[in-house]
Amino acid sequence: MALSGVQIFKYLPKTNCKKCGHPTCLAFAMKLAAKQASLDACPDASAEAKQALGEASAPPVRPVTIGAGDGAVKVGDEICMFRHEKKFFNPSVFAVAIKDTEAGDAAAKKIEAVKASEIDRVGQHLKVDAIAVTEESGDPAKFASVVKQVVDDAPGVPLILVSINPAVIEAGIAHCADKKPLIYAATAENAEAMAKIAKEKKASLAVSAAGLDALIELSEKVKGMGVEDLVLDPGARKAKDMIEQYTIIRRAAIKKNFKPLGYPVISFATRDDAVSETMAASIGVMKYASIIILNNIEKWKMLALLSLRQNIYTDPQVPMQVAQNIYKVGEAKEDSPLLITTNFSLSYFIVRGEVENSKVASWLAVMDNEGLSVLTAWAAGKFTASRIAQFITESGADKSVNHKELIIPGYVAILSGALEEKLPGWKITVGPREANALPSFLKGRA
Amino acid sequence: MALAIPKETYNGKIYNVQLGTGDKAVTIGGASALPFLGFEGTFPNKPAVAMEVMDIAPDEWPDTVKNAIGGAGASPAQWAKFCQDAGADMVALRLMGTHPDQQDKSPDDAAKIAGEVAAAVDIPLMILGSGHTEKDTQVLQAVATATRGKNCAIGKAVEENYKTIAAAAMANDHKLIAMSQLDVNLAKQLNILLSQMGFDKERIIMDPMSSALGYGLEYTYSVMERIRLAALLQNDPMMQTPIVCDIGVNVWKVKETMAPDADVPEWGGLEDRAKAWEVITASGMLASGADMLIMRHPGAVEKAKELIAELM
Repeated sequence: MALSGVQIFKYLPKTNCKKCGHPTCLAFAMKLAAKQASLDACPDASAEAKQALGEASAPPVRPVTIGAGDGAVKVGDEICMFRHEKKFFNPSVFAVAIKDTEAGDAAAKKIEAVKASEIDRVGQHLKVDAIAVTEESGDPAKFASVVKQVVDDAPGVPLILVSINPAVIEAGIAHCADKKPLIYAATAENAEAMAKIAKEKKASLAVSAAGLDALIELSEKVKGMGVEDLVLDPGARKAKDMIEQYTIIRRAAIKKNFKPLGYPVISFATRDDAVSETMAASIGVMKYASIIILNNIEKWKMLALLSLRQNIYTDPQVPMQVAQNIYKVGEAKEDSPLLITTNFSLSYFIVRGEVENSKVASWLAVMDNEGLSVLTAWAAGKFTASRIAQFITESGADKSVNHKELIIPGYVAILSGALEEKLPGWKITVGPREANALPSFLKGRA
Repeated sequence: MALAIPKETYNGKIYNVQLGTGDKAVTIGGASALPFLGFEGTFPNKPAVAMEVMDIAPDEWPDTVKNAIGGAGASPAQWAKFCQDAGADMVALRLMGTHPDQQDKSPDDAAKIAGEVAAAVDIPLMILGSGHTEKDTQVLQAVATATRGKNCAIGKAVEENYKTIAAAAMANDHKLIAMSQLDVNLAKQLNILLSQMGFDKERIIMDPMSSALGYGLEYTYSVMERIRLAALLQNDPMMQTPIVCDIGVNVWKVKETMAPDADVPEWGGLEDRAKAWEVITASGMLASGADMLIMRHPGAVEKAKELIAELM
């Protein structure tokens, strides 16, 4: 937890020398607490002060980057328990497990699936982020050959190397040392050897223990060996245990600044049943798992999980926006009705949903109002007659339809007169105030 | 370094609300902590899953879910029985046919169908209007009277029509579903209004307005988290009613549950995709505090129940 001004003041020289540019040490301490000043400005700060303030200002959940180059993914660095408090920053990373017993065609198929996993959703590109090569064979050479296969075929994709046998990790990492893989995992039995490899290869290291007490002990031990970039696995596999243990870890880090648990969490959602795996992974996305391992990445599964991740990691303060466009709903033709709304994603989804419900094929003009809803945009002067007229003219809406009638939301009925003036020749029709009245409105016209 | 588990001090708790009568009665609510945090609270009741039945055939539902119901959709009573056999904890009868744009069925017709459905199953019943503000008041009044003694959940009462619907629920000893539009304060406001007219707040089930995965799920999710925090941490008695999430109606109208494989090859097969859409929407609602779900696809219900078992 951040230190208060008074707590910081205790570490300062208390000479009021003004060299930092502030009238007193206390004033400087207050600025430091508010993060409006840096301790570097104090020429007389003690080593003890630097250490104490450095630790206090470190992020509660340490940021860890896996992989190198464009494909690298950053996890951790979170600051809240609930997304409405601020936002969740670094989306959960999805990794597919490739067993070393799947070497060859089976592995090649999964690698291809990762490379082809990208989908577009509300303007974002979403994809499977990483590959977890998983040792099952007990054979370092076999493991290394699959690592090599992944590196050769998908060079940009971050790697997680999964084995508790240091000799296996050693063999695998030889093929990807420059790619900053994540090693999974250090356990109570192999901690020294794993920490040594991670340190040498500058890799991040997951620590795995059954239960939080053992995990704390192990994370302190490994950090003591000089590995800074850690990832935690408390061993939870059942949905309830995941929610409980990940919540305690996040809370200890954020509310108590408890350093041994101040790292991202890795979650094994792997299940034989594909839907069960999807459910377990969904719990991870919502409840603080930073890395989620899956057995398989069926397209439908990833569509659901990536959509959920996008929903949960959206900034609640910045409304989701859809692109300004004239959208075709159903088999709209030239004589289909033309409706307009704003580009607040929720407005768009609800209006579109109700137009679909009406079964009346229509054109939906979505105007960029910086993601504000209809009434808010109108109140903010962003959904005015002149702007709407300009949008309709410039968007080419008149090319989609062979008529000149625009249906506006009932809440902005007041604009209809001004709009008819700004759009000569157009008929402005006032639609319902609420989207749920659209089906009867549209059917009534048909 | 030893860790003292950082526990929240919860001052409030969710009301227990019982639905139905006899052996198959279902109680929801009762949580004394945020969802599934067993280390700092108790969860006496598991979230219930209601399956949706309509008073008209599900002709407008997407094929994937229609096929899963099969011939049972032909009669509401048969359909309700199908849901009970499929493992539903409750039946949610939606009287869509009473909507003036649908078949404009009369309140008497609705009451007759509700009676038939009630007689066909022994699991508890939820009875929902078509969402037409005015018509719902007449329909739900008739239905509440016809099912008196069954301890149903009747709804949805909204700001525009809550008085009549609440009075009908009160007069016939039913519970009430109160829906507000995706806003913490509006949800609380409606509960206050209901209390002011003498409706016992411990007989209300709150519907914060659901949304489908990918279509605003995050709004419902955060509104529900904030409602639960107010109920438990701030001990706000007007927020301590259980929450119902009406999932199926939102899920089964989005493109992800309808688009054929050929149109969107990058989305995977329709059957799996559509079912997963309802299951993962359910997962999101459960994680943020739902005490009861209304769902449509029997396969999705089965998986949601599996998840609930794993969470308890």
